[in-house]
Amino acid sequence: MSVSNTPVDRRNFLKTGLVGATGLVVGFYLPTRTEARAAARGVEAAAPSVLNAWVHVGTDDNVTLLISKSEMGQGVETSIAMLLAEELECDWKRMKTIFAPADKVYFDPAFGMQGTGGSQSIHSAWIPMRQAGAAAREMLIAAAAQKWSVDASECHAENGAVVHTASKRRLTYGSLAEAASTIQPPQNVKLKDPSEFKIVGKPTKRVDTPKKVNGTAGFGIDVRLPKMLHASVEHCPVFGGKVASFDATKAKAIPGVKDVIQIPSGVAVVADNTWTAFQGRKALDIKWDLGPNAGVTSDSIWKIFEEKAQQPGVVARKEGDAAAGLSGAAQKIEAVYHAPYQAHTTMEPMNGTADVRSDGVDLWVPTQFQTPSQGTGAQIGGVKPENVKVHTTYLGGGFGRRGWSDFVAESAEVSKAMGVPVQVTWTREDDTQHDYYRPASYVKLAAGLDADGKPTALTGRVACDSIMSWFFPGSIKNGMDSSSVEGLSDIAYDIPNILVDYQLVAGPIPMGFWRSVGASQNGFFTESFVDELAAAAKKDPYEFRRDLLAKKPRHLGVLNLAAQKAGWGTPLPKGRYRGIAMVEAFSTYVSEVAEISIAKDGTVNVHRVVCAVDCGRVINPDTAQAQIEGAVIYGMTAALKSEITIDRGRVVQTSFGDNPAIRMNEVPKVEVYFVPSTETPTGLGEPGVPPLAPAICNAIFAATGKRIRRLPIKPEDLT
Amino acid sequence: MAIHFTLNGKPQTVDVNPDMPLLWVIRDHLNMTGTKFGCGIALCGACTVHINGDATRSCVTPISSVAGKKVTTIEGISPDRSHPVQRAWMEIDVPQCGYCQSGQIMSAVALLEKTPNPTDAQIDDAMSGNICRCGTYSRIRKAIHFAARLQGAPAQASPAPKTGELEPTTVDVTAGGAE
Repeated sequence: MSVSNTPVDRRNFLKTGLVGATGLVVGFYLPTRTEARAAARGVEAAAPSVLNAWVHVGTDDNVTLLISKSEMGQGVETSIAMLLAEELECDWKRMKTIFAPADKVYFDPAFGMQGTGGSQSIHSAWIPMRQAGAAAREMLIAAAAQKWSVDASECHAENGAVVHTASKRRLTYGSLAEAASTIQPPQNVKLKDPSEFKIVGKPTKRVDTPKKVNGTAGFGIDVRLPKMLHASVEHCPVFGGKVASFDATKAKAIPGVKDVIQIPSGVAVVADNTWTAFQGRKALDIKWDLGPNAGVTSDSIWKIFEEKAQQPGVVARKEGDAAAGLSGAAQKIEAVYHAPYQAHTTMEPMNGTADVRSDGVDLWVPTQFQTPSQGTGAQIGGVKPENVKVHTTYLGGGFGRRGWSDFVAESAEVSKAMGVPVQVTWTREDDTQHDYYRPASYVKLAAGLDADGKPTALTGRVACDSIMSWFFPGSIKNGMDSSSVEGLSDIAYDIPNILVDYQLVAGPIPMGFWRSVGASQNGFFTESFVDELAAAAKKDPYEFRRDLLAKKPRHLGVLNLAAQKAGWGTPLPKGRYRGIAMVEAFSTYVSEVAEISIAKDGTVNVHRVVCAVDCGRVINPDTAQAQIEGAVIYGMTAALKSEITIDRGRVVQTSFGDNPAIRMNEVPKVEVYFVPSTETPTGLGEPGVPPLAPAICNAIFAATGKRIRRLPIKPEDLT
Repeated sequence: MAIHFTLNGKPQTVDVNPDMPLLWVIRDHLNMTGTKFGCGIALCGACTVHINGDATRSCVTPISSVAGKKVTTIEGISPDRSHPVQRAWMEIDVPQCGYCQSGQIMSAVALLEKTPNPTDAQIDDAMSGNICRCGTYSRIRKAIHFAARLQGAPAQASPAPKTGELEPTTVDVTAGGAE
């Protein structure tokens, strides 16, 4: 892709003063989806009143960038800054980043709100951040040219200064910042040709690491305010239940307990420290109204899924005539797959800190979605959203969990009741048992193969809990939640007849976005079933896939690269087996080859995972690699260790004992290879997860002939 | 009840419930938030500190049991990120979200004090109590090996870690990998 001479709408470039700051401030306004649509229709949208993506060039030579995304480990604080610095030609060592407040101008056009998810951050920032940097650079160059009475074309910018190329005269950005702030922003900025990139594409140290090696990175749970109290909330163990009555006498008798109050989500114990709040909860005597779900079990849920899947659902994808394709096939293969609920299990338990006052609300929260957090604070505080300040902290893991604002609401409720700043902290048990879970899913798959082993048709009937019914019910149209079928309905293989339909399940278990969302389970179903087809066709699973991807160069590219780097087809040590899988998620293509052995007790040991990734142009190779390394571990936990089950309307698992995670001694060698690309960058936070489970399961099939159709993999099934 | 102990080399007295875990004394009473709460039952290692040099889960350590002992937290291992483990962590850019890393670093520091040049198996033993949900384990392993090298060098001559000094990482921005 060539990006040069990108036209920039003048009304989108404004300048203003960063409060209390001198120097140059460039703001870039990103049109919302609605406004972009309006613009496409030729309708002039209302001019923005404030600015997005602020860049401040200080008279002290420091460049400050407001980051509108949440940093939860993905390295976005660094990579967004790299995009700006690339065009601004500033001194990377003088670059500072701060997290942006909640404001409409920071809306991500993909969501229509301010938030971080969907592996969207870099894709959204790619053009605007560079345009903002280029605009600021041109204004600084123009200011220098004025001072020297030369033409701007005789000057260039390098390393935080403007240089008059012929005379080598030099002025730093700091010395030009005030003059530059009087320059009219350029109407068109020329972006660099990628061949000129000095920062983008180079391994760059994360800006947050120094704070994360000495305990100074401020997570939500680390917020400390004058007069702040600590609280913790006892929730009804049964989903949908509520408090009938409670006796707080014993809890209030504990020294340090300040109060016990009922809030919509349960009973909050307020104390002068977190531990005392936890102790107070143990002393509560609460009578719960358990509601309608007290008899719900995992078995009863699966039964509903099974029954739903007997009936045709809403069509998610239809190509050709799948029924005819199946009936005319030489061979028909059928299978039923299950994926369980999964908790996110961030290392930092849910928490929030609020100061609710009559004149406004301050929220210090590890949130992925600032706009709903702000709205929650406004609703509870009884103030306008603009009077709610959201201070986004570092997030001790997100994985989608922190897209919800339940922990924000609790802190605001308790602060409002107490009239002082309050930090609400969840226990690990709360975090495990009151998550918004990755949906469980039940899928019936069928495919036909012709006499040559070529697929003639594929059908998939998905019965799955609907995330959007929980998060954004208005987006459900005709019973379709596309997040339930993504990763299957978009199957890339060349199959002439396809029918994927969907039965929406609206159950009582709260649902949320979980790292890689629908592809996390559908990638497992699809890539395991395609492996079944390869086996039925008596073909090598890599070659079978390759032959069906002739028209899909990017899918094929990662598949071939993974196979090549893994040494697909070459001999392995005795007892080792390989499996391959390939999934596209969020427009990033990932193929993984897992190399495993199986111990006598059925334990699956993963020795090596080779990952091939096509995410377009790679911004920071080091953090990009880290995201895939981490996704492999996250995927391994879900494939081999964890699941959430339900009994008596409540979550059975409590903590890391019964909801275990991969640990150091179980970690394979992970190799990450990127396909060289000049395509627009796409995200990396999630797409490394989906291929991992099927790659392991397909290796298990290679080892044992046993097909894993239900996660997590259980050692007892492999002895 | 007043409890006396040494915290990061300095005498410390706290007057709290003797049953209160050291973790919460550090975090909420002394407002030193570098040590993290992860599970409260010694399963995740986020709260790891040193007590008399041993890596210890502060979330299950009553403050009364710390009386007279030497406690070191992440804030106490160096004033300026100069500890070889911190330098190695920065060189290899280990952290992602970073929440577990105080505990990881404290476990690694304790390991290297007793085992200056650990094998992979010794790293597994010492570090398997520390969970990282971001999956930074392979970088932690690499950083521990690197810190062992840094620690082995005489303090004065110890060079600042340079990119390229390490063994190559597994990243490979391949030129023309696809067929």
